Amino acid sequence: MSSPAPKSPEQSEKNKKYDRQLRLWGDHGQAALESAHVCLINANGLGTEILKSLILPGIGAFTIVDGEKVTEEDIGCNFFLDHDSVGKSRAQATIQLLLELNPDVRGDYVDESVEQVLENNPDFFNNFSVVISTQISERVIIRLSKKLWELEIPFIACQSYGFIGYARIQVQEHTVIETHPDNEVPDLRLDKPFPSLKELIDSIDISKMELKDHAHVPYVVILYKCLQQWQQENEGQIPKTYREKESLRKLIRAEILNNDDGIPHDEENFEEAIKAVNTLAPTNIPSHVREILDDESCINLTSKSKPFWIMAKALREFVENEGAGALPLRGTLPDMTADTERYIHLQQVYHSQAAKDAEVMFRRVQQLLREINQSPDSITEKDVKLFCKHTSTMHLVRGSCIADDYDNKIFAQKLAPHLEDPESALVYAVLLRGVDRFRIAHGTYPGEYDDQVEPDIVKLKSCVSKLLNEWSCGPLAKDDYVHEICRYGGGELHSISAFVGGCIAQETIKFITSQYKPIHNTFIYDGITSNTASFTL
Amino acid sequence: MMGSGDGSDNLHHRWSHLRKILERPGPFCHPDFEASPETLNFLMNSCKILVIGAGGLGCELLKDLAYMGFRNIHVIDMDTIELSNLNRQFLFRHKDIGKSKAEVAANFINTRIQGCHVVPHFSKIQDFDESFYRQFHIVVCGLDSIVARRWINGMIISLLNYENGVLDTCSIIPIIDGGTEGFKGNVRVILPGMTACIDCTLDLFPPQITYPLCTIANTPRLPEHCIEYVKVIQWPKENPWSVPIDGDDPQHISWIYEKSSERAAQFSIPGVTYRLVQGVVKNIIPAVASTNAVVAAACATEAFKLATSCCLPLNNYMVFNDLEGVYTYAYEAERKEDCLACSQVPQKIEFKADCKLEELIAHLCESAQFRMRSPGITTQTGGHSRTLYMSTVASIEQQTRGNLRRTLQELGLSDGDQLLVADPTSPNTVVLQLKLLNSTT
Ligand SMILES: [Zn+2]
Repeated sequence: MSSPAPKSPEQSEKNKKYDRQLRLWGDHGQAALESAHVCLINANGLGTEILKSLILPGIGAFTIVDGEKVTEEDIGCNFFLDHDSVGKSRAQATIQLLLELNPDVRGDYVDESVEQVLENNPDFFNNFSVVISTQISERVIIRLSKKLWELEIPFIACQSYGFIGYARIQVQEHTVIETHPDNEVPDLRLDKPFPSLKELIDSIDISKMELKDHAHVPYVVILYKCLQQWQQENEGQIPKTYREKESLRKLIRAEILNNDDGIPHDEENFEEAIKAVNTLAPTNIPSHVREILDDESCINLTSKSKPFWIMAKALREFVENEGAGALPLRGTLPDMTADTERYIHLQQVYHSQAAKDAEVMFRRVQQLLREINQSPDSITEKDVKLFCKHTSTMHLVRGSCIADDYDNKIFAQKLAPHLEDPESALVYAVLLRGVDRFRIAHGTYPGEYDDQVEPDIVKLKSCVSKLLNEWSCGPLAKDDYVHEICRYGGGELHSISAFVGGCIAQETIKFITSQYKPIHNTFIYDGITSNTASFTL
Repeated sequence: MMGSGDGSDNLHHRWSHLRKILERPGPFCHPDFEASPETLNFLMNSCKILVIGAGGLGCELLKDLAYMGFRNIHVIDMDTIELSNLNRQFLFRHKDIGKSKAEVAANFINTRIQGCHVVPHFSKIQDFDESFYRQFHIVVCGLDSIVARRWINGMIISLLNYENGVLDTCSIIPIIDGGTEGFKGNVRVILPGMTACIDCTLDLFPPQITYPLCTIANTPRLPEHCIEYVKVIQWPKENPWSVPIDGDDPQHISWIYEKSSERAAQFSIPGVTYRLVQGVVKNIIPAVASTNAVVAAACATEAFKLATSCCLPLNNYMVFNDLEGVYTYAYEAERKEDCLACSQVPQKIEFKADCKLEELIAHLCESAQFRMRSPGITTQTGGHSRTLYMSTVASIEQQTRGNLRRTLQELGLSDGDQLLVADPTSPNTVVLQLKLLNSTT
């Protein structure tokens, strides 16, 4: 027997291969990933682990910058090297095995150090989507971070050091429309019903219903009606305290039908209404959205403004005008106990109001584009619809330049509050800075050679003390961390690199797809205790 | 086989990262840790580790363990490679589609990493007995099935030795279990008989989403309801190819897609897409490379800690989520005093005498205490055993089907009787002490 069903476009090979991730970031997220080009500086174990989790999901292209030759130690922690790679260019050796992962991905390499590249080809970094570095020295990181800050390219500097993982993320500005929050409160507007919602609910008379109908009224209707009643007795307020909420719940409970013995029926829809009292909140502008609307980039558009800010400006105007203080309606209704007809009707009411709001927004966006002389095609109706659906959960990050971490005054201010906690994992960031100083002074990693561990402990301690002194911070609470870092001797543990590699690959995907909130801006993984921590520096 | 520090200079250098950690003392080490070359020697030449699953987590685990110094690794997986695995299961290529995951993965690792010896088993975990599992020092699970996890958990627990009620700690084989779903994951370390086991924390696994039949049939609201309707009601009725649904057959999926679109249109329900149909029919769990990498890496780190005593292991549960920044949280999951799998406490169940056998079975499947799949029940009275119901063998199912509608009293059960329950969630028969209540109470 043959299938009458039409061939669906979603059955393509590519869709099948990427199916499990398309369910997360969607076709548009995938398209962004496929047009991205990342640069990795230093293809050590951590570096290739990051690339692996970018190549597998199908990043467009990557470039490796690495002037090192493969050593025996490299082979012991880098999966993308063969046992006979020793002595070859590390960039060339790793790229070959990395490219085997996915024929959709393009890759190239430069077998020069990043210092040489910065020297000989200053425009080299201009067109990358994200630049990632592992294990680069203090002097280079300052130059590179300044350059990428100017270019507005996200930069992730990370390290895998013994049991410790570290990443510092630099991004001037990053905006996210789709943050994919875990538990989103539904946008129901029961305190500020729009006319068609009010009209629909007012037309429903629960009191005359038989049990079957009564038990299938969507909870939104029940909650709205009981809230109205409650508000009449409470000056139009929304219940805030536990007592107030309890009194609203009581009103809802009183509406449940009783059986012949006077015992309430099991009406799930009413139970849902009672539960929803907790999430009932006044319709307003969340503070993080307010900040975006009041941002300089939103208020003063220019011909160079990015689509996000143009839509934000349109949103600002919408809130002040048509929205009457509210964001555009999201237009989605959670599932609830109800019969099909009434649920779908209610859903349509929400949906069409959302479509109306989005249309108004789109007209405003078009108007703004004209005003700032941008092409009317630069923002599509689809873009605006997506934006409108997520206005309450959108996200803005303004980062800081890594070079500032090397300005003692600035850094002291950022660091000091965190170091007041003697257990803070940020101590490892301090130690890694100490290791940098150690390398500049002594040319090796502390503890790199078995017979130098003890003397190196003393030397590293002195490097760290000097740094803390420069930052006007007190000494470390205990020497244990210095001992532990010297024990590692610059060694890279593969499982620590794989952990950090996975995390950093995902952070890179967040920047590329503009979905999900990234780390802001410093991340530490302590493999000894299996803990992670994030800090804003 | 070459040792780690026995002369070969290049290998000496190759593993210098690990040697630094293992041959030097540190302030955060496990109190039992003794810095010495012997530890790496044990890891490389004596320690035997079992990886269960060669999928998203399994591929990562094999690589991570091999670089953490484990060289004697066994891997079990009964699955073959599919196209949709390739976005994360990095040991497989397009040309490998259809081949055994365990075999391809083992071969890849053995070729890439000199000295590593991975032994593949293209089999089910149930194909092996206690003598097989007893040979390992550590078991690491990268599974997507709760039933398989519970089975392994039960198996490893059955290897424990108790002498006069006291656990012989030498008989403990630690289990490290990883799980992922989208951007979320978890890692746990189980010391069977000492810390919380899989069955102790059954409530951590959310029950699978099911839609009530009346919603599907009478009041559909979501596209999922329409798809379930076609799957559960329309397919068995019309059965277009006279076979059960095969989620991997594009013709089947297309048929369901078309029929559920029709049903959705009839009720004005928006949102039926081909991708959603596939997801609902096959119960697809989203997966990305990065989460698998992270969770497997954390498992491998714990395996390294357990095998070398270089640090205290995770105690005992960690959740991971990188939806918003990177979030982890480690805590101690508690043992359940009357755990079905790891406690020595006899299990009791209470039922009324007029309760039907099918209700008892439903209870075993649905209650948070048991969460069984298809329990087969035997009773032992007066020295001989009698099967009350068993669904796994067709002929016995037919013979015992009539018992389902009979009450416990009618089946001749009395207070204090023992019910022996066999279920795919455990390799061991569970003994339940029946407390029969008077039907009037
Ligand atoms: Zn247990």
